[in-house]
Amino acid sequence: MSELNSIEAPTPMIRETKKGSVRKHIITVLVRNELGVLARIATLIAGKGYNIEGLSVGETHEKGISRMTIEVIGDDVVIDQVVKQLRKLIDTLKVRDLTDTPHVERELALIKIHTSTPRARDEVLRITEIFRGRIVDVSQSTYTVEITGTEDKINAFVELVKPFGIMEMARTGKVALKREMANTEEDTSWK
Amino acid sequence: MTRKGADIVIEVLKEEGVEYIFGHPGGAIMEVYDALYRDGGIKHILTRHEQGAGHMAEGYAKATGKVGVAMSTSGPGATNLVTAIADAYMDSVPVVFITGQVPTHLIGNDAFQEVDIVGITRPITKHNFLVKRIEDLPLILRQAFYIARTGRPGPVLVDIPKDITQKLSDVKIPSLDEVKNSLPGYKPHTEGNPQQIKKAAKLIMSAKRPVLYVGGGAVHSEAQKELVELAELMKIPVTTTNMGKGAFPELHPLALHMLGMHGTYYANMAVYNCDLLIAVGARFDDRVTGKIEEFAPQASIIHIDIDPASISKNIVVDVPIVGDVKVVLRKLIEEIKKEGAKILFPEERQKWIEQIEKWKKLHPLTYRKSDKVIKPQYVIEEIWKATKGDAIIATGVGQHQMWAAMFYKYSFPRQFINSGGLGTMGFGLPAGIGAKLGRPEKEVFVIDGDGSFMMTMQELITAVQYKVPVKIAIINNGYLGMVRQWQELFYEKRYSEVDLSVQPDFVKLAEACGAVGFRAEKPKEVREIIEEALKIQDKPVLLDFHVDREENVLPMVPAGKSYRDMILEDGKKGVDADTMYLVG
Repeated sequence: MSELNSIEAPTPMIRETKKGSVRKHIITVLVRNELGVLARIATLIAGKGYNIEGLSVGETHEKGISRMTIEVIGDDVVIDQVVKQLRKLIDTLKVRDLTDTPHVERELALIKIHTSTPRARDEVLRITEIFRGRIVDVSQSTYTVEITGTEDKINAFVELVKPFGIMEMARTGKVALKREMANTEEDTSWK
Repeated sequence: MTRKGADIVIEVLKEEGVEYIFGHPGGAIMEVYDALYRDGGIKHILTRHEQGAGHMAEGYAKATGKVGVAMSTSGPGATNLVTAIADAYMDSVPVVFITGQVPTHLIGNDAFQEVDIVGITRPITKHNFLVKRIEDLPLILRQAFYIARTGRPGPVLVDIPKDITQKLSDVKIPSLDEVKNSLPGYKPHTEGNPQQIKKAAKLIMSAKRPVLYVGGGAVHSEAQKELVELAELMKIPVTTTNMGKGAFPELHPLALHMLGMHGTYYANMAVYNCDLLIAVGARFDDRVTGKIEEFAPQASIIHIDIDPASISKNIVVDVPIVGDVKVVLRKLIEEIKKEGAKILFPEERQKWIEQIEKWKKLHPLTYRKSDKVIKPQYVIEEIWKATKGDAIIATGVGQHQMWAAMFYKYSFPRQFINSGGLGTMGFGLPAGIGAKLGRPEKEVFVIDGDGSFMMTMQELITAVQYKVPVKIAIINNGYLGMVRQWQELFYEKRYSEVDLSVQPDFVKLAEACGAVGFRAEKPKEVREIIEEALKIQDKPVLLDFHVDREENVLPMVPAGKSYRDMILEDGKKGVDADTMYLVG
């Protein structure tokens, strides 16, 4: 025994644990439009300690089926758990994390801009045209601009018109769909 | 046929084969109680508190594998069920909870006895429903039963407003196919991926030091036969979790008993040193793994589970297999046999088995015996002997629960009924009553602590009313013992608010309720009163065992620590390197 005791204890072996990077994920969820489905999904994400950064919901071409696009900032590993648990919900039909999948995404914003001087009106109109936006409401001292595009595009527009004074603003949050490409394999996960 | 919503509820419950409803009536659910009375086809157990109803339904479900049913009124009735719902969710117990609700036109009005129970229970149910149209009632109820019992089982709540129970309708009861088709987003996988099963078979045959780590999923899918066959065929030692007890017979030579925080030395050593860990219906809970970085650090891991969200949740696994445990094990055995059922390194495997035998001899599960004071472990051993190892054991939560897990030897699935995930004190007595009603041919022993017992002791009178002959053994140390143990070990014996020495005379309490009570204060009285209790079969019997007050549950791996930091049965901290590691 004493002989054995003199053997140095080997350093404990360490199992590799999972750590993912924290970044913004975009998750698309096809749901049955049942009572409380939004609350169920929001509860699940909040239960992981994460905040929903963006959310859009709308009915699809099929009656009673809606698509939700959720933006959430979180650890890759935890988001993977969130996706698996979203799939487990009875009312979800398809759940996919689009972050690393080729996809198209768009956002829409309505921005009410202070434009009381003729110079401001000219300038805002010009910027709006460059961004392929539309002026959807005009008053004596304001323009309301509709602009669609990626998050970056909208952010850039907002930065440019900020000096004129933004009075109100509403953004939809992203909608996104996976790109169809010749070689894309169909998702074989169970939901 | 036109009938009330309340009649539809009873009709569907009968269609689902419900034998017992555990519940408590009140304003919003009165129509259903009236329908129950008029029909007379389902037995109802009137509990003295809705929490008791919930745990009874759980105990019934855990003991029988059937769906339990608990029912209450709206508001406080519903909130009193919440602990049982959360408990059922954590331990994957199939229970349908039916709650009354205020009439639809009053919902959201802060009406009398109104509470948003669907909102409250959303994160603790597998699914829940608020019934808004009587036409939906039969489909929703059948969906509830289907969801509760299939896939990874779990609690489902159906909230029914009073006016829905009063309305008339001739809506038909849907068939099972209609129920399945109505749930396009719910398709549990049971079969297991054949490629993954092939991979697993290869790993098992080529492993040198494999261990099977078996959890509650193996109990739910009743896979004992398959487990024993696989273990014997491939000579694999088997450790079971608290929830997995009984899935593998504990007197089997390959049994390592429980692992983790209060696991045996030999189970934890085997897991620490194994090169292949086969997790079967288990979820790598923190009470099992301790410090996750040092859990089975050299092992490849195969994980069989019906819940895809359980896989790679706490630990990355090498071969995930999503499917029903019994089905997958059967296929795995066939695959291994097809490959000739060869152990590729028979010498290493033999050495591994011998090493485990050495560990078993070095630190067996034991305790310091005494002929002066009653040792709690001794009480459990005597119950085991007196019941010939054949009783169903239900427990509360705390030291007594761990002693019951360690010192009773379980041989069949559904034999050990306790609150593993949520750790609900007060679970034992109502769960034991539910278990006895579900399995009347079995002796049912509730092994409870004095602290746990007092949390739901009102159900003693329920057991008397329905002549349920459960035996209730109180491991009475006059302390909240598990908290006291942690205070002793980690807080320098600052015993903050754990003294329960002011307590009722439990024997008189039993008598006051019309039950029988016995007390043991000396070791030699222990067996005597157990034998006396076993003779009584028409009412509950309470046994008050005054045990050594400061006995600890050992061995123990402190929370969040590695198996290396295990406190052994003699109280010695840390494990000697020469016994722990496979050196050379």
